[in-house]
Amino acid sequence: MILEVISTILLILGAFFSLTGAIGLFRFPDFFTRVHAASVTDSIATILIITGLILRTDFDLVAVKLLFILIFLLLTSPTASHALAKSARHGGLLTLAEIRESKKGDND
Amino acid sequence: MSFIVDYYNYWIVVFLMMAGFYIVISANNLVKKIVGLNIFQTSVFMMYISIGKVQGGSAPIVADGITSYSNPLPHVLILTAIVVGVATTAVGLALVVRIKRAYGTVEENEFEDKDALI
Amino acid sequence: MVELIDLVLLGMLAITALRVIFLKDLFAVVMLFGLYSFLSALIFVNLDAVDVAFTEAAVGAGISTVLMLGTLALTGRKEKANNHTALLPLLVVIITGAALIYGTLDMPPFGHPDNPAHQHVAPRYIEESPKEIGLPNMVTSVLASYRAFDTLGETAVVFAAAIGVLSLLGMPKPGGVAIDSGLKSHLVLRVVAKLVIPMTILFALYVQFHGDYGPGGGFQAGVIAAAAVILYALVFGLPLATHVVRPNFLKVLAALGVLIYAGTGVTSFFLGGNFLDYNVLASDPVVGQHIGIIVIEFGIGITVFAAMLGIFYGFAAQAERTNIQ
Repeated sequence: MILEVISTILLILGAFFSLTGAIGLFRFPDFFTRVHAASVTDSIATILIITGLILRTDFDLVAVKLLFILIFLLLTSPTASHALAKSARHGGLLTLAEIRESKKGDND
Repeated sequence: MSFIVDYYNYWIVVFLMMAGFYIVISANNLVKKIVGLNIFQTSVFMMYISIGKVQGGSAPIVADGITSYSNPLPHVLILTAIVVGVATTAVGLALVVRIKRAYGTVEENEFEDKDALI
Repeated sequence: MVELIDLVLLGMLAITALRVIFLKDLFAVVMLFGLYSFLSALIFVNLDAVDVAFTEAAVGAGISTVLMLGTLALTGRKEKANNHTALLPLLVVIITGAALIYGTLDMPPFGHPDNPAHQHVAPRYIEESPKEIGLPNMVTSVLASYRAFDTLGETAVVFAAAIGVLSLLGMPKPGGVAIDSGLKSHLVLRVVAKLVIPMTILFALYVQFHGDYGPGGGFQAGVIAAAAVILYALVFGLPLATHVVRPNFLKVLAALGVLIYAGTGVTSFFLGGNFLDYNVLASDPVVGQHIGIIVIEFGIGITVFAAMLGIFYGFAAQAERTNIQ
């Protein structure tokens, strides 16, 4: 019973963070802030949702599989975000602050 | 209302199929045409799987306490079709690469023009 | 509730397909296509087709997307604006769609247990296959035993497609000089790839040999194992990957898989059964079925692995050649 309540709270929180990540993806002004928003869904939302799901199992093989999925996602998703941001940087994309800086430089 | 619940799945599949069909016949770029073919193909897969679904059924893997299973036959047909589909898509893409080599373009009207010159 | 999830996913699919029509940036088109595959995999799970969903997620979203990106690298990522009118195609599509929708009205309602599709062979598979074959996963039983002949054909098609791609594009020469793949500086990526690749191969083996009991089997396992080597080639460069898995070795493997499959059929011939009748492989028919299924699934896995990786090598070799020029 208590487990169920905790798991529900975790699942709702996970859904909330997924939603904020999605809103951020649409509303944020430039690429890097958007990657930041998307990686929120990758990390915290995954942890919350999968932990919530583990609490709902009978702690058998299913729970172990979920744990493996969690470990795997925690390894790969941040790497994907990192690689994305790094290759954007490599390709010459500037952050918002840097764009402002360079504009100021032009005006002077 | 039950009419819509009974058929909405098929209608959306038809919509997807027509979207793929439209891309195939209207796109000029060969890569996009292949994407369109793939969308068409996936919609056919979905049609088969929809036919195999039994309401209240479970995945066709024997487990305790489950009496109703979905139809395994469409799953088998589509499982192999997906792998064959990607293999044939690869042949299509390889042809596109060769066309690019030979004509320097993958836009349909452009290499047809070049063909007309020869 | 299930219907609601289904409807939301189908709606997202429709939006994705519409977006693909209007986008001119082919890179985005290919990415949307990957998304489309993932969404359809989710729908397959929702419609109880777990094996199919597994295959679609591995093949559609994994291998297809990589191959399409490889093609884009060679052909350019922008679609040129075409100026002829799209009225005629639209008309054709609307008429065909209307005819098909009219046709669906005669179809049996979705998901009804009394539908004709569930009346003929399916009940036999569902009731008898656990006893006759002794495997919990009916999809594997049907795929590898009842419809083994069909699956042999499909495996041969995959093999033939690989030959087609290789004769069009050619294999990379093994042991070429490693040119900078552009990922040399991605330290994080390299470390994580080193962690992930062994796990992926282990998972492929699990899927290969656990396919009798849960979702999985040779097709999925072959694709996952190929994906592991593709990841290696993407991160560490093609020359290193061709050192690990040599192109000539792949050619042998691809043929070997089909041979193992057909050889099992011929063996059952000589033991007095029909082609691909596994009952005669052991004194107990159920054990014979089990042996036969494991062997031919292994054959499928080998062929699919070699075919997928060979196809990738073909595209990668072309890209490498263009880079050098």
